[in-house]
Amino acid sequence: MIFKVFKKQELARLYELLAVNVIVGPVGRGNDRHGKPLYDFDVVYDFDELALDYTQTVHSPKRFVLPYQETLSTFAVSRDAWEKHVDLNVYRPLVFFGMHACDINALNKLDLVLAQSAYPNPYYMGKRKNLFIIGIDCNPEPQCFCRSMGTDFAIHGFDLFLTDLGGKYFAEILSATAFGLLSQINCTDPGAKDHTLYKQATSGKNKHYTATVDTSDLTKILDLEFESKAWDYWGEKCLSCGTCANVCPTCYCYGVEEHVDLDLKHASKAKSLHSCNLIDFAKVAGGHNFRPKSASRLKYRYYHKHRGFVEAFEESLCVGCGRCGAACLADITPPAVIASVRGKE
Amino acid sequence: MSEQLSYLGIPLSRPKVGFFELSSCEGCQLQLLNNEATLLDFLNLVEIVNFREGMSERADNYDIAFVEGSVTRKDEIARLTEIRKNAKILVALGSCACFGGVNQLKNRFRDLDWVKKEVYGDFPVETMEVHPLADFVQVDLEIFGCPIKKEEVERIVTDLIVGKAVRHPEYPVCMECKANENICLFELGEPCLGPVTRAGCDAWCTSNRRGCWGCRGPAEGANLKQLEEIMHTYGFSSETILDRLECFGGFASFAETLRAQAKKTPARRKKS
Repeated sequence: MIFKVFKKQELARLYELLAVNVIVGPVGRGNDRHGKPLYDFDVVYDFDELALDYTQTVHSPKRFVLPYQETLSTFAVSRDAWEKHVDLNVYRPLVFFGMHACDINALNKLDLVLAQSAYPNPYYMGKRKNLFIIGIDCNPEPQCFCRSMGTDFAIHGFDLFLTDLGGKYFAEILSATAFGLLSQINCTDPGAKDHTLYKQATSGKNKHYTATVDTSDLTKILDLEFESKAWDYWGEKCLSCGTCANVCPTCYCYGVEEHVDLDLKHASKAKSLHSCNLIDFAKVAGGHNFRPKSASRLKYRYYHKHRGFVEAFEESLCVGCGRCGAACLADITPPAVIASVRGKE
Repeated sequence: MSEQLSYLGIPLSRPKVGFFELSSCEGCQLQLLNNEATLLDFLNLVEIVNFREGMSERADNYDIAFVEGSVTRKDEIARLTEIRKNAKILVALGSCACFGGVNQLKNRFRDLDWVKKEVYGDFPVETMEVHPLADFVQVDLEIFGCPIKKEEVERIVTDLIVGKAVRHPEYPVCMECKANENICLFELGEPCLGPVTRAGCDAWCTSNRRGCWGCRGPAEGANLKQLEEIMHTYGFSSETILDRLECFGGFASFAETLRAQAKKTPARRKKS
């Protein structure tokens, strides 16, 4: 890896160099009822719109690679034939300006399923391959347990990663494009003082975590606790509303529906992201529902994240961003659920 | 209009349909007529033989009857029974037809004569308590919403004609609200029935920063007990919850239980 440092004011120049592209970044979304600022990712048109000191966005950056709704194909239907038109819905590269490590890791995890599997998803690949990602360091929020999940820093999956060293940014360069860009702004090789500041920033961040999840032997404990009363306890609270999956940066389950247009001459096939917590998620043709109880649906969400995925890929599908818990009106959070299954409530 | 309908060369029949209204604002029917961009395509799919709001001719040979509104008078029962006899499929169109709608708010009052006096003064009309259509006739399909979402009606009619199963979302509005990347209204300090109300509206109100009032009725397996807890956690009174739950009638039975409980333990009012 190549490291550089540059003065903070150079960042606006970096932005200008990238501004020929569509830039997505964290922006303010007003305050919540307690006056706490809210953030989300959106397309930005000016460097000053970026809220790079953002805490955490309410929604994940998922929609830019996995839209909530996406038309997969359209059909022109005639008397005895049809013509299929496929559009991967990739029109231009996207620059992500300021993504936290958890979200970078989330994209890496999505890659395992949607890009590196036997059947890569072209709709995902098209968007994913056309991302230029600038990561940025963060301060842990109360809901963050990324350190427990080993996703508090990113090793790959970005072009450039910035760490705030006070007056300077410490830049990790991971792509030739990023190297080329940095050569167009004033930056230097880091000195011994920068190394010290970088190390201080890392250890300083580690002191701020409050939420933790004990993942030791978790796959086995989940196997043992399949019948645990804890699932019923959380199931009773669950609204089966799908909010957790929608704000999750790694939930990728979806359904596909075909629509015939009103003119009967056109049709389309559209994909919508689903949630395994929805009541009809496991409902099959004929009306049988394999998981009619909300407790069993909630349980399977945890099994997918913390057991099945770990057995398949040797890592969890959860990045510990804590968005699901923060967004859950019933206050169901992974640290609390997992602790209760482990009997540590 | 006379050309044979077909999909992929398979001939389809063009159903004769009628639109009717009982006690209602007729807003649901207006929604359909409002959809100018697709109105001609919609009119090509069906043969409308009865639609007081849209045309002068009237006939009773309809296959599908769309009935808007709730039943609030005895003569409406007779009219509805007649429509049911004529139609092969009877569709309850909109929240009034499905649950009683806004009209059923008057059922909250014990003394309906007093209500009549308040509204009509010295010129009373014959009315009774408000009922959804299903209290009197068999309803084959419900289309929820106040008003109905025209895109949804068009999809349902297309599905009926091509022979596809008509399905409603079973999950709550939150799912669609989050897919619209909205910030949860509870976090912004506003009450909302999104977590328990049936989706399908594409989070129409909440995307416009208006808390949900539950016009589409309960989602399948709606967790109302938890909603009540959430409302209290976020500082909303039982009366605020009841106001919303009782507004369109879809949550009537739960609201009744809640009101009965609230009576048992009345909240102390602060002296002003």
